[in-house]
Amino acid sequence: MRQCVRMSVRVAGTVQGVGFRPFVHGLATRLGLAGHVGNDSAGVFLEVEGESPAVRDFLLALRRDAPPLALVDEVTAREIAPVGGGGFTIVASRAHPRAGTAVSADSATCADCLRELFDPTDRRYRYPFVNCVNCGPRFTIVRGVPYDRRLTTMAGFAMCADCAREYADPADRRFHAQPVCCPACGPRLRLVDPTGTAIGPALESTVELIRAGLVVAVKGLGGYHLAVDAGQPDAVARLRRRKHRADKPFALMVPDLAAAERLCAVDPTARRLLTGHRRPIVLLPRRCPADGTGGTGVAEQVAPGSHWLGLLLPYTPLHHLLLADLARPIVLTSANVSDEPIVYRDEDALHRLTGIADAVLTHDRPIHVRADDSVVRPARGGAQVLRRARGYAPEPLSVPVEFPRPVLACGAELKNTFCLGTARQAVLAPHLGDLTEYRTWRSFVDGIGHLTRLTGVRPEVLAHDLHPDYLSTRYARDRTGVALVGVQHHHAHIAACLADNHETGPVLGVAFDGLGYGVDGTIWGGEFLLADLTGFQRLAHLAPVPMPGGPAAVRQPWRMAAAYLDAAYRDAAGGVPEDLAVLRRNAARWHQVTALARTGTNAPATTSAGRLFDAVAALLGRCDAVSYEGQAAIALEHHADPAERGRYHAAISTGQPAVVSGVDLVRACAEDLRAGVAGPVIAARFHNGVADAVVRVCVRLRELTGQHAVALSGGVFQNQPLVERVVSGLTGLGFRVLTHVRVPPNDGGVSLGQAVVAAARDRAGLVRSD
Amino acid sequence: LAHGSGGKATKNLIEAVFLASLGNPLLDRLEDGAVFPVDAGRLALTTDSFVVSPLFFPGGNIGDLAVNGTVNDLAVSGARPLHLTAGFILEEGFPIADLTGIVASMAAAARAAGVRIVAGDTKVVQRGKADGCYINTAGIGVVEHDVALGVDTARPGDAVLVSGPIGAHGVTIMLARGELDIDADLVSDTAPVHELVAGLLAAVPGVRALRDATRGGVATILNEIAEAANVAVLVDEAAVPVQAPVRGACELLGIDPLYVACEGRIVVVVDGAAADEALAVLRTHPLGAQAAVIGRIAADPPGLVLLNTAFGGTRIVDLLVGDPLPRIC
Ligand SMILES: [Fe+3]
Ligand SMILES: [Mg+2]
Ligand SMILES: [Zn+2]
Ligand SMILES: [Zn+2]
Repeated sequence: MRQCVRMSVRVAGTVQGVGFRPFVHGLATRLGLAGHVGNDSAGVFLEVEGESPAVRDFLLALRRDAPPLALVDEVTAREIAPVGGGGFTIVASRAHPRAGTAVSADSATCADCLRELFDPTDRRYRYPFVNCVNCGPRFTIVRGVPYDRRLTTMAGFAMCADCAREYADPADRRFHAQPVCCPACGPRLRLVDPTGTAIGPALESTVELIRAGLVVAVKGLGGYHLAVDAGQPDAVARLRRRKHRADKPFALMVPDLAAAERLCAVDPTARRLLTGHRRPIVLLPRRCPADGTGGTGVAEQVAPGSHWLGLLLPYTPLHHLLLADLARPIVLTSANVSDEPIVYRDEDALHRLTGIADAVLTHDRPIHVRADDSVVRPARGGAQVLRRARGYAPEPLSVPVEFPRPVLACGAELKNTFCLGTARQAVLAPHLGDLTEYRTWRSFVDGIGHLTRLTGVRPEVLAHDLHPDYLSTRYARDRTGVALVGVQHHHAHIAACLADNHETGPVLGVAFDGLGYGVDGTIWGGEFLLADLTGFQRLAHLAPVPMPGGPAAVRQPWRMAAAYLDAAYRDAAGGVPEDLAVLRRNAARWHQVTALARTGTNAPATTSAGRLFDAVAALLGRCDAVSYEGQAAIALEHHADPAERGRYHAAISTGQPAVVSGVDLVRACAEDLRAGVAGPVIAARFHNGVADAVVRVCVRLRELTGQHAVALSGGVFQNQPLVERVVSGLTGLGFRVLTHVRVPPNDGGVSLGQAVVAAARDRAGLVRSD
Repeated sequence: LAHGSGGKATKNLIEAVFLASLGNPLLDRLEDGAVFPVDAGRLALTTDSFVVSPLFFPGGNIGDLAVNGTVNDLAVSGARPLHLTAGFILEEGFPIADLTGIVASMAAAARAAGVRIVAGDTKVVQRGKADGCYINTAGIGVVEHDVALGVDTARPGDAVLVSGPIGAHGVTIMLARGELDIDADLVSDTAPVHELVAGLLAAVPGVRALRDATRGGVATILNEIAEAANVAVLVDEAAVPVQAPVRGACELLGIDPLYVACEGRIVVVVDGAAADEALAVLRTHPLGAQAAVIGRIAADPPGLVLLNTAFGGTRIVDLLVGDPLPRIC
């Protein structure tokens, strides 16, 4: 007689709200096993009983065949005494003393739900809130764990009999789908004008308003967007004025893949990113330049001067309905003013968007957590995440080091994210933005409270940047009863890149970014570190140059041109050549700014690579002043002639640390410019020259250290031609190159790096508790 | 100036320079301490050291700065300034002519403020051990009004005022260093505010706190209010008075006028109901002619200063740990 066994099993990971219990139910039933399954605050618990081969198959399939949105981290099983009896049931959720389950990320409407949405015979035909266990809102509606309807913002909607039947039927796609609803029992749309008066019918009127060139705020998953017809220059220009957004490109939502392909070059990787369940904004090269309303149907004002467009496909049923009726690309940008965070509360939508939106398309399912659209770019290794938010967060990231104690890493300041680490997992909060903006700061403070409750992580170690004036640093230092770990900004960048690649180093880390506080109190940003997760040594860096006027030099790249040119021509007869257009354009203040640089009056020295790119962008007339971060470098990147192979040479000093002369590159640019060489050629030679300098420094550091693995991090490595040239140069010389995949190379990834550094230092006994 | 040690040289210096300008019955006796009667009531006592560089700048010099600074500290304590002391640390070789000029300015400032310098001290240190001339002033005053001023008394609903355009002193000093080729039509705002304050306290009963916005500027004072009273200070950027040349120089220098030192500007916290009255009273005095209500106190978020910007954003105006360093990555 075969042996009958009973196993008690725990499954940890992203296993709630992703159809895991129905999957277990189906699997057990198919294998003829008895038992039960349920959710608790630590994940999924279950017991199975039956003949031992079947139980073994069950355990194997548990991980292998898990539903698409599930992420199984750990399955632990122990044998217990059989109890007999038949049938497999789903039991009520219960609290677990050791919380720690992951809430899954929001997911785009699945193919099954989409079919229902456009099926006139379906009871959810054109219902803008259709969802199922394989798709729909998750993180943005969750108020607590376990993931149950009563702890989501769907709690206020009582299921009708039909929905309740689907919810209770293990064979149904909506079995225990917490946000399940229908036109009879679920949320409803409402279109209101700025006075709060309803306009109806909501959907049809919205389509009419957008067609008429008006700005409509549309409630999405993680916040409100502003929508206008992308083909109407006046409409897009109006949106820019009202939002106080001068130049930064807008994202476009297009009806379908075919529409995306008409606008941009879409390769298989891009296709996968566009159509996947995460639905980020995907940055893609434009097919041809915009020509007003004709041709591509995208007004120039959408992304002025950009060779790229940020495209995304509809990800909620509401988007699908709107885009199907509009049948054209629309601008879909976060609803906010200037640099404020995206509006997500209904009570804020009307009064904060007054003067911006001509109407607001809203509904009565509250958003509990704000989440911006994520931004990705196809890259080697599949995708490079540039902004990690909706669809990704708070999906846990496995990390290469165990957290001895729970860690909260507070991140940087401008593209802030925070990060919770426990066991071998890190949960990176969605992109928050500039912490000096008060509403973003509130999201940071409240978000830490919310995410620690959801994950059950009680931080005992707090990691923070070394910059004394970052609000994230201040937050950490204001806490009591926790151990503090200060992590140098660029070390955090490199550690983030290591963790992103499941490595611990040591590695040669190249951290090129805007600015970060150095251990010597100066401002770094063009750094070559020998680093592991525990510590680092600064082996080389760009030569320091003054930033005349500190933050003003960040806002006005021409000041960096003035500082670099002053350094480049200090010993030349006649000084900076007066025929340079950048000097003539800024003649009124050139000498004053040069005096700031020379006297060091509010002109802190920096080794920043970002500022070097700024200087060249201004020198070539691409950008004298920026209205958003990275604008000058992006303009320079787009300016560069991809066919040009020439490069400028930067001297590298023989000292320790070695110093790379950015001044050499700027001087070479200026000389070519004066000799009449075309701007795109100069821009390309500059990019090639920077890449060449990086490679030569790495070669020298390999000789010094024996290390042949290089990690590239920092916002400057969002520059594609630069990354391509550095990577091909290094791999050609036998280096192994790590780049970012799961987290952004910019400051959005810094908190992950801080977290793993804190873990490594804690493991090494280097973290004091007091 | 020679490196003296209390001998004949110092005595000559004191008589020729200090008594000539600052002389008064209490000082002239050259005793170890000044003895004087006071009316019954409360006294206010303060001290401050002045190390400004350059020593002479448009609108003033270290001498009147040292008098006005201490007069103002007494004034914002709610006191009528009475007597000051002055301590000088001079570098060997410092020109007597410069010292004479500084002391003459002190005398004029003291006269203007209705105070006397009643005790003093002079030390001359070796060349290179001081930046020409440092001055410490201490002051004593009487609190005649029945007021209990303190930033911890700010409460939701109160209004926040400044007595005039901000940042002129700090920017003037930066430009006066002469390293920058900038001609700005700027003078320091150094001035004694005791009359302005006395007028305000006499006329407006709802004044809760007064502060002299010196080093760290108005932003630092506002943070002290927010922290001490555990309230929010909400400031309207457009309402903050800044002279055009100050704004222009700040833009060039890349600094925020809110963090720039003033030497004759006060921040006033007053009961919201009395805000208009306080504004009107301040404006009757020449030093308060451009006074403005710049914000209000709210309950939430406690401990933070928020600036409503022109675009409708809300920026956190933080207390800086050190010199402002660029934060942007
Ligand atoms: Fe950075
Ligand atoms: Mg003082
Ligand atoms: Zn679905
Ligand atoms: Zn229903």
